[in-house]
Amino acid sequence: MPAHLSARLCSLALSLFLIAFALPAFAGPFEDAVAKFANDDFSDTEEAIGVVAGSGNPLAFPIISALQDGRLMADPDSKKVYVTGADGKSIDAATGAAVASVPDNASAVRLNNRLRRSVDAALGGLTLQSPDVGTRLQAAQSVFKSHEETALEAVDAALAKETNRSVKTALGEARAAILLFKTDATEVEKLEAVATLKARGDQDALALLTGMGDQPASVTKAAASAIGSIQSSLAVWSMVQNAWYGLSLGSVLLLAAIGLAITFGVMGVINMAHGEMVMIGAYTTFVVQEVIRTRYPGLFDYSLLIAVPLAFLVAGAIGVLIERSIIRFLYGRPLETLLATWGLSLVLQQAVRTMFGPTNREVGNPSWMSGAFELGQITITYNRLWILVFTLAVFMILLAMLRYTALGLEMRAVTQNRRMAASMGIATSRVDALTFGLGSGIAGIAGVALSQIDNVSPNLGQSYIIDSFMVVVFGGVGNLWGTLVGAFTLGIANKFLEPVAGAVLGKIAILVLIILFIQKRPRGLFALKGRAVEA
Amino acid sequence: MTPHMLTRSLDRSATIFLAVVAACGILIPLSNLLLPAGSFLQVPTYLVALWGKYVCYAILALSIDLIWGYCGILSLGHGAFFALGGYAMGMYLMRQIGTRGVYGNPVLPDFMVFLNWEKLPWYWYGFDMFWFAALMVLVVPGLLAFCFGWLAFRSRVTGVYLSIITQAMTYALLLAFFRNDFGFGGNNGLTDFKDILGFNVQAEGTRAALFALSCLALIVGFLICRAIVSSKLGKVLIAVRDAESRTRFLGYRVESYKLFVFTVSACMAGVAGALYVPQVGIINPSEFAPGNSIEAVIWVAVGGRGTLVGAALGAVVVNYAKTFFTSGVLAPYWLFMLGALFILVTLLLPKGIVGTFNAWWDSSKEKRTAATSVSAAAEDGVTEPKMAE
Amino acid sequence: MNVMDTRATSAMLYLDGVHVSFDGFHAINNLSLTLEPGEMRAIIGPNGAGKTTMMDIITGKTKPDEGTVLFDGVTDLTRLDETRIAELGIGRKFQKPTVFESQSVQDNLLLALNVDHSVKATLFWRGSKAEAERIDKVLETIRLTEARNRLAGSLSHGQKQWLEIGMLLAQDPKLLLVDEPVAGMTDVETHLTAELLKEINRTHTVMVVEHDMTFVRELGVKVTCLHEGTVLAEGTIDQVSSNERVIEVYLGR
Repeated sequence: MPAHLSARLCSLALSLFLIAFALPAFAGPFEDAVAKFANDDFSDTEEAIGVVAGSGNPLAFPIISALQDGRLMADPDSKKVYVTGADGKSIDAATGAAVASVPDNASAVRLNNRLRRSVDAALGGLTLQSPDVGTRLQAAQSVFKSHEETALEAVDAALAKETNRSVKTALGEARAAILLFKTDATEVEKLEAVATLKARGDQDALALLTGMGDQPASVTKAAASAIGSIQSSLAVWSMVQNAWYGLSLGSVLLLAAIGLAITFGVMGVINMAHGEMVMIGAYTTFVVQEVIRTRYPGLFDYSLLIAVPLAFLVAGAIGVLIERSIIRFLYGRPLETLLATWGLSLVLQQAVRTMFGPTNREVGNPSWMSGAFELGQITITYNRLWILVFTLAVFMILLAMLRYTALGLEMRAVTQNRRMAASMGIATSRVDALTFGLGSGIAGIAGVALSQIDNVSPNLGQSYIIDSFMVVVFGGVGNLWGTLVGAFTLGIANKFLEPVAGAVLGKIAILVLIILFIQKRPRGLFALKGRAVEA
Repeated sequence: MTPHMLTRSLDRSATIFLAVVAACGILIPLSNLLLPAGSFLQVPTYLVALWGKYVCYAILALSIDLIWGYCGILSLGHGAFFALGGYAMGMYLMRQIGTRGVYGNPVLPDFMVFLNWEKLPWYWYGFDMFWFAALMVLVVPGLLAFCFGWLAFRSRVTGVYLSIITQAMTYALLLAFFRNDFGFGGNNGLTDFKDILGFNVQAEGTRAALFALSCLALIVGFLICRAIVSSKLGKVLIAVRDAESRTRFLGYRVESYKLFVFTVSACMAGVAGALYVPQVGIINPSEFAPGNSIEAVIWVAVGGRGTLVGAALGAVVVNYAKTFFTSGVLAPYWLFMLGALFILVTLLLPKGIVGTFNAWWDSSKEKRTAATSVSAAAEDGVTEPKMAE
Repeated sequence: MNVMDTRATSAMLYLDGVHVSFDGFHAINNLSLTLEPGEMRAIIGPNGAGKTTMMDIITGKTKPDEGTVLFDGVTDLTRLDETRIAELGIGRKFQKPTVFESQSVQDNLLLALNVDHSVKATLFWRGSKAEAERIDKVLETIRLTEARNRLAGSLSHGQKQWLEIGMLLAQDPKLLLVDEPVAGMTDVETHLTAELLKEINRTHTVMVVEHDMTFVRELGVKVTCLHEGTVLAEGTIDQVSSNERVIEVYLGR
């Protein structure tokens, strides 16, 4: 077979080229094919795709994937073709040699829809037998999406050799997709294909089944039932997805509100600078990571573990300072406290802006917080999952602390009856300072977690303050469980409203609902009753 | 004797205040228009516009003082009423642009043409008529305040809870007005105004007139507030502020009183916003930002809550300082200063400038009276130990 | 339904089988009590006996979980709010003297006068001679004529208690609920207060909650002792104070 031969020749040429790097380029069929990309002619391009894909040349994959992404640049004058990387570096497509820059008159090789399909198919074929499992899986999936008939042979070949289970499934699905659209496939093959797609059961399978065009009656019928079952299972999964997003948002809200539940809920102090404590925690994380990056790069994966106690201490210390210097003069005057702490939040924001600049600061995810995994039809990112776990841990620790430690007991005593507590020998002013410090410290910890999913900027805190207050007020002041339920209720409600109403309207709807809710239950979900409320 | 002296001293400061505002309202526009440009006493047009802005802020501060100073309702969302009044006026001004817009559409404002809207949304109807817009300046904020207050006060949402939900209210409006499909120009808001009642908004004469009108509105607003707080209703408001549940047990329907004063206050804030928009030439959603409303509260705190004069004075003083500092080399420190102002005023000057001055004046006057009329003091002195025996 | 029996209809205040609990704590437990028109009743009981909660129920501040509360034999108080109940003619003096501290003594009384309390009426209010005379009279009764222009906040503790009683007089209710009127008063003041309450009782029905036994004895009226939210004993002060269960509750075993 000439194509086979040329591939042989080409690989020979390339190995020669690789051995003798400095030798002038040897114009073989591969190089000729590459040059055809520069002709700006769709049929030439198609031909070139075929040759390059079949060449076995290690450059084939980068070239074709660059073509797919519009990163393959061709100079129509010199007929030279370049692959530009996402990092801005470029190589000569024919030789693989790095080039300083792509000529100005070079432009991206154009594709039309037909070509795009052959690109997808070519890419699939190129990588279906790659030694790397991940690449094979990706390739199988790209074939699935393109369901190009030409790839069928490659898929069958790969399927015969494949040992990995998930790749095998993916290949089977790719095959099914191809067969479904192949006009001359038998009815049996098509029915099998429908069954395979039904088993896959995701949005893509649904799209293939709904868009398959004219088919034999039995296939159409099978497809209709498959569509029905996929749709209902997808509906369930989308509920699960919303619930997960809601839990995730809820955990963020809880994290931001939990410190507030202490300062506002337990002490009755309205701390409008609470969001700034969160921000300080996030900036502590930034500083820790900076130090690690410059001094101890190996410790990067531990940066958050180091940042959590530090953020607690920094924010907590600032909290104690604030309580001693401002808040303690304003006990019993909640509205004044509100104003003073708002002023404080301005000062803290501006201080951070002066120290770190007004722009976003880069806080990285450690490796164990990056990436995601699939759970059925939904994707769960590790950072969200860890934040949920972390939030619940913080909540439990706090609850245990309030219940079982001496400070917790003193805190509750002071909250319930300050004068009595004082006369029993509790240093109420120390307890006040520590309580406020605790609330602030927890806000600092929240900042560490939030730095993983949000922009670290001086305005970080402001975006959480209203939400946090809503959570505490909704859940019921003075009740940590109320805060927990409030945060998750609001989070989930928000995420279920979002697809219906859109993100902004959903948020507005939530705010309006809370305002209406407060009318109904002015003291929140878990309100304290009786005379204590009036005090 | 103290309350008499208090009212007398308040009356004195009220008179001075009214005289100063009236003088400014007359002299500044006249100086701007009649004196030759560049003359020492001529007030340049940019200053007229700037001071016009301050006067609008003073009206807003007055409206906040009415509810906060006298009824204890701390609204952290009053900027919303201000902005709604502003939008009502802005909608009128947009409709006046007519074919002079970039797209030359006689009915649709530019941003609607840009969004490919076919026709005017129903809520824009009528805003081509000034009387209707002027009515809406009062009705829209008033209605929102009425509905919001009816819900909140009836279910006895008070104190910081009320503050927080008013903040949530303005925040929700902020988000809503940022949306293009809400029909108020999205984040660009309404701007590029041409004329008002046929007069060019940029013209010196119009600006001077708007300034004089703002001063007039401040005077009228002040007189309305004074009338309210010095009536028996004012006493009830103070009673509600100091001991809400006690007032209820005396048979007052506290929620009605709060609702009344909250609605009046929102209408005033709306008027302030409506006068503000033609003078600054733009209204956009950032006016709804919670920070703005809190800043307005601090003007009142600086001037002295529960004094009315103080509120207006505080608004002018703080905003003058803001203009002064944010335009110079000290600009990066302005937020430090503003923040420190919040803290220091609440900690060290809880009565504000005017409140502190009044207290000082009263005590010094009391000393003077004590020195002259010994008998009156002795009388007081006799009753007290008798009761405390 | 024994709600409409003769006793209930003739009573000024009728409580039957009232229960209130806060988070599982039974503040009021099957409380039944009647107050005849023109009667003065003293309520005693240790801390937490439910005296203040009972007043909260009568004045509409707290809604009972179950039970009947009738005023004047016909009006169901559990359905009304504080304002409406005050308008009906029930006045209340609080345990902690609650006057409007930043307003003058006479303004406090003016606010208490039982005239039209609507927003419109107060906005367009103009003082009348009759009102001024009533205020003068009350000021005289509570001996604060000299202090009429002083801020209520500057009064002594005893004077504040009196001012609050004065506000009740200005309110001129059918039923007065007086919570600890002599707390923090000197003996002389206590005596004067007893006299004043007896004077008031000539034209009004009064319920007094008090700890001070000498004061209660001086009033010389029927006494009800509450304990754990229910009536423990009822009768003259001598009967009640010799009741074994009362002694047990007050002194412990």
